[in-house]
Amino acid sequence: MFELLGIPPQALFGQLLLGLINGAFYAMLSLGLAVIFGMLNVINFTHGAQYMMGAFAAWLMLTQLDIPFWAALVLSPLVVALFGILLEKVMLKRIYHLDHLYGFLLTFGLALIIEGSFQWKWGSSGAPYPSPIPGGTNLGFMYMPNYRAFVVVAALVICLATWYGIERTKFGAYLRAATENPTLVRAFGINVPRLITLTYGLGVGLAALAGVLAAPIQQVSALMGTNLVLVVFAVVVIGGMGSIMGSIVTGFGLGLVEGLTKVFYPPASNTVIFVVMAIVLLVKPAGLFGQSK
Amino acid sequence: MPETLLKVENLQAWYGESHILHGVGFEIGRGELVTLLGRNGAGKTTTLKSVMGIVEKRTGSVRFEDREIIGRASDEIARMGIAYCPEERGVFSSLNVEENLLLPPVVKPGGMSLAEIYGLFPNLEERRRSQGTKLSGGEQQMLAIGRILRTGAGLLLLDEPTEGLAPVIVQRIGEIIRQLKGRGFTILLVEQNFHFAATVADRHYVMEDGRVVDMVTSADVQQNIGKLQAYLGV
Repeated sequence: MFELLGIPPQALFGQLLLGLINGAFYAMLSLGLAVIFGMLNVINFTHGAQYMMGAFAAWLMLTQLDIPFWAALVLSPLVVALFGILLEKVMLKRIYHLDHLYGFLLTFGLALIIEGSFQWKWGSSGAPYPSPIPGGTNLGFMYMPNYRAFVVVAALVICLATWYGIERTKFGAYLRAATENPTLVRAFGINVPRLITLTYGLGVGLAALAGVLAAPIQQVSALMGTNLVLVVFAVVVIGGMGSIMGSIVTGFGLGLVEGLTKVFYPPASNTVIFVVMAIVLLVKPAGLFGQSK
Repeated sequence: MPETLLKVENLQAWYGESHILHGVGFEIGRGELVTLLGRNGAGKTTTLKSVMGIVEKRTGSVRFEDREIIGRASDEIARMGIAYCPEERGVFSSLNVEENLLLPPVVKPGGMSLAEIYGLFPNLEERRRSQGTKLSGGEQQMLAIGRILRTGAGLLLLDEPTEGLAPVIVQRIGEIIRQLKGRGFTILLVEQNFHFAATVADRHYVMEDGRVVDMVTSADVQQNIGKLQAYLGV
């Protein structure tokens, strides 16, 4: 078969698929972060822990309660979103009027506590989650595991549905307006504190949903979100805080960039996203899709 | 005077440590159009914001339809039937014109329909898909007023709707405000532009240093013109 710059196509497409899958998770997670930041003014460092909780909840449902993957795909995000709502009502809502730094410290501390607790209870070695769609398809130029194809499609659907919900619905109009001017939206008779709580629940639910989708691909472990969340923050910075479409495009795009780097210059694959971040910050500090204020 | 709709007594308000209102008192009858006049910094905008519940720290009494609302949150006050059009207009840039118009929820029956609002402001219908802040200043003002007519609120608080607009637009806004009064809306209007206010209002309250210091009915404006000019420094 043909070769591209000395790279066999199997390796190229394999890495591109891997990049696309990573990108799918970057997109889903950065979307939740962007929505939360826009509305709450809080940089949610608990996002990685909530992603992990989503995966764990699905794993516990399967192993303890015999709840299958497809049911967990709905139930687990709901449970974790409720936990998020509790967190918002008890703690986060007390710090909105303070500097970003307080939100960062609080959510970072919470992430450490949550991940520490899971590690203490279930260890850090990780547990496997059986693939709900085993097998794969030979596409001729590469072998495509069925579940991975499903994840890419599901992530796209989730991202576009979230975009639609925010940009094209009444609830989304409330959300966009309250992001701009919460005081005025409240003076129109909308219960903005409740809207904020729901938004946080939505963002956390998205993280948990990503976690459930990740469970059959990765090991379910207490620290599975720790490294991921760092990359996702870089994605958010590159895309521009608060831009929905920006988060989606940047998430998938950077996944692919990372995959390509693994093919052409593997040593840089772990740092390439941060290099891109540094360049974007120099050239366009508000991010690729962000509007400078 | 008709039945009292809004009665404000000894209203005090603070922004942080600064004490802005020092005991404001006035009342508005149902269907009346009343202005708050006064120089910059007299406390007119703060009075509107305090009635609306936007100023956090406030004391005294604000009674609307015979119910005390001083301690209520602004969303609750809005749902009781008071609508607010801020001085800076507050048109949302991430919403298009129609989304802006449809944003405030209907709180009571009897509000105007979208078609009626477009009838009042034809420009808005032409530009309904445009981003809210892409409109001209006059169109944005009309959007800010049009937006609160759907909700069924009977009392409109309008903060300087003519500010920074060309005379022909000011005239148009004057006509619209008169039409709204004709439809039965009760209106509390904050104005710097006394000549504009005199043409539309039933009565005028004059504010100075966070207090209401005088009240003049429109019928008596001519006799009191000297006194009013002294108050307003025009």
